[in-house]
Amino acid sequence: MTDWLEHLIIGPIVLPLVVAAGMLLIDERRRIVKGVLSLAAMAAILVMALLLIHESATGAVDGGDVARVYRLGDWAAPYGIVLVADRLSTLMVALTGVLGICALVFSLARWDRAGPRFHILFLLLVMGVNGALLTGDLFNLFVFFEIMLAASYGLVLHGSGETRIRAGLAYIAVNLTASLLFLIGVSLIYGLTGTLNMADLATRIPDIAAQDRGMVHIGAAVLAVAFLIKSASWPLGFWLAPTYSAASAPAAAMLAILSKVGVYVILRLNALVFSAEAGASAGFGLDWLLAAGLATMLFGVLGMLATRDLMRAAAFAVMVSSGALLAVIGGGGTASLGAALYYLVGSTLACAALFLVAEILERGRDPGGDAGKAVFEDEYRDPFEDTERNDPGLVIPAAVAALGGAVILCTLMIAGLPPLAGFIGKVAMMGALMSADSVAGWMIVGMLAVSSLAAVISLTRLGVAAVWTRDEAAPNLVVGAGEFVGIAGLLGACILMSIFGETVLAYADHTAAWLAEPSAYIGAVLTGEGR
Amino acid sequence: MIEIVLALAIGVLSASGVWLLLRPRTFQVIIGLCLLSYAVNIFIFAMGRLRVGAPPVTVSGLETPALYADPTPQALVLTAIVISFALTALFLVVVLAARGATGSDHVDGEEPRA
Repeated sequence: MTDWLEHLIIGPIVLPLVVAAGMLLIDERRRIVKGVLSLAAMAAILVMALLLIHESATGAVDGGDVARVYRLGDWAAPYGIVLVADRLSTLMVALTGVLGICALVFSLARWDRAGPRFHILFLLLVMGVNGALLTGDLFNLFVFFEIMLAASYGLVLHGSGETRIRAGLAYIAVNLTASLLFLIGVSLIYGLTGTLNMADLATRIPDIAAQDRGMVHIGAAVLAVAFLIKSASWPLGFWLAPTYSAASAPAAAMLAILSKVGVYVILRLNALVFSAEAGASAGFGLDWLLAAGLATMLFGVLGMLATRDLMRAAAFAVMVSSGALLAVIGGGGTASLGAALYYLVGSTLACAALFLVAEILERGRDPGGDAGKAVFEDEYRDPFEDTERNDPGLVIPAAVAALGGAVILCTLMIAGLPPLAGFIGKVAMMGALMSADSVAGWMIVGMLAVSSLAAVISLTRLGVAAVWTRDEAAPNLVVGAGEFVGIAGLLGACILMSIFGETVLAYADHTAAWLAEPSAYIGAVLTGEGR
Repeated sequence: MIEIVLALAIGVLSASGVWLLLRPRTFQVIIGLCLLSYAVNIFIFAMGRLRVGAPPVTVSGLETPALYADPTPQALVLTAIVISFALTALFLVVVLAARGATGSDHVDGEEPRA
């Protein structure tokens, strides 16, 4: 590994921070400069993520998997803070990159003008997500979570309007409380084990004194509650649907990755700290995850069937996919986990695309959510604003056909119907669960089938109502070129995932196998190999 | 003695915090979050074990770690204070915006129907 590649790991965190900080100096009216800058930053992040994926999958001396460790300030592992790039974290960073660039292109058509400092908040959100994915330290994880959440509070309110402020108020209150639980969990674990480094924690768990083990489990459970709130697990996820459906479309698309960050952390900590090598703590809490996951799926399914609004249906689809992942982490085993990771990528892209499509379809029907109002009048004043703000610029022809096609693709992806990636992921997951032949496996298979049916019913019904049997009074459908490119990018990524299904699925399966053997990760962090 | 005082402080602060958090007015929610974060900050601090008169930084020649207070929770608590302070301020702004947009300081944005 050459020198500059060594520093590549910190790139997806530092680059958005520097660009966002620099953008504060540029006047709010110079939108083109800001748009170009943030597009360039997102493209660079995506390239870095792909390089990191390549490195983590082939970087070992024998050409196999490796966890690249970056020591901040070159302090050795249990004392200093490390960033770790392995197969799972780089996959998630790349997913964030794809999602981010598509949502950003979408927003350039219209939404970035709906309020001040959109690009800065957007980049800081990306920075927080990437940091949370790459860090190998529990407290550092808290800091990145807070950066991510603070930026998301801003993005939820972007565009203003009463609906957003109301939803944002509840969202912020819930997440502030969750952050306090996070702190309680982290400090309990620190008080009993004396470490915050995740790899070091994993090595210390088997040797915990018997009388302390219960307290460590309580700490881990409190921590897990914080992440379950973020991944919108039932009964902690009632905030999700109102918030995501009220947020502006590009913000909602980015929020789709936020709930997956909660799932990612649960998966990471389970695989490291409560792995098979954890002695008496091995497999702690898996039954709870399974139960929470199944209940979340059920709640998401019922919500999808009950809702009459496409944005909300998309929000419930996010919940269903979080629930499926939690259930598989809890009760699935390694074989189905690989397929679940493939499903994670596909469903996140599809849900994000559905948010973008739904916003265009429901535009003009939502008086509370118009883009023309600012939170504070003096914050943002522009003499051209009202005519310019709602003008999407270049408009593509055949908007109805494009949107109809997009709705169909999203439905196929989310419901898991052939020929797209949603189908491949669900079938692979069901196959692995059926061959495991456990009660938990069959329950997950059943819920997956029910959720597919519900998604077909709900999305086709709402899609037909929104595209083909539109209200005569509703405004004509207009799709800006940027909006089209953003949606096409997300759906194109889904289609690529389907065409190269075997490669991506093999990568996901390898990742699950890599997670099942945490010793390589722990060794890389603690001994400094592969730094 | 110090343990009982500290435990009582954490308990009372978090109990009041939770109660206020569940109240219907936004101002009460903010104060509840503040109290809860105080409780959590003291809790983090207590996780470094309670020691009286133990210096946090070692002097050369006296490197026995057992003599010193654990500096990590102190660093953690500083970070936690800064972050919760900043986010409470941010929340306050949103509460003010909600008050302006909805004309009510109820957490639902409207007065409950009698």
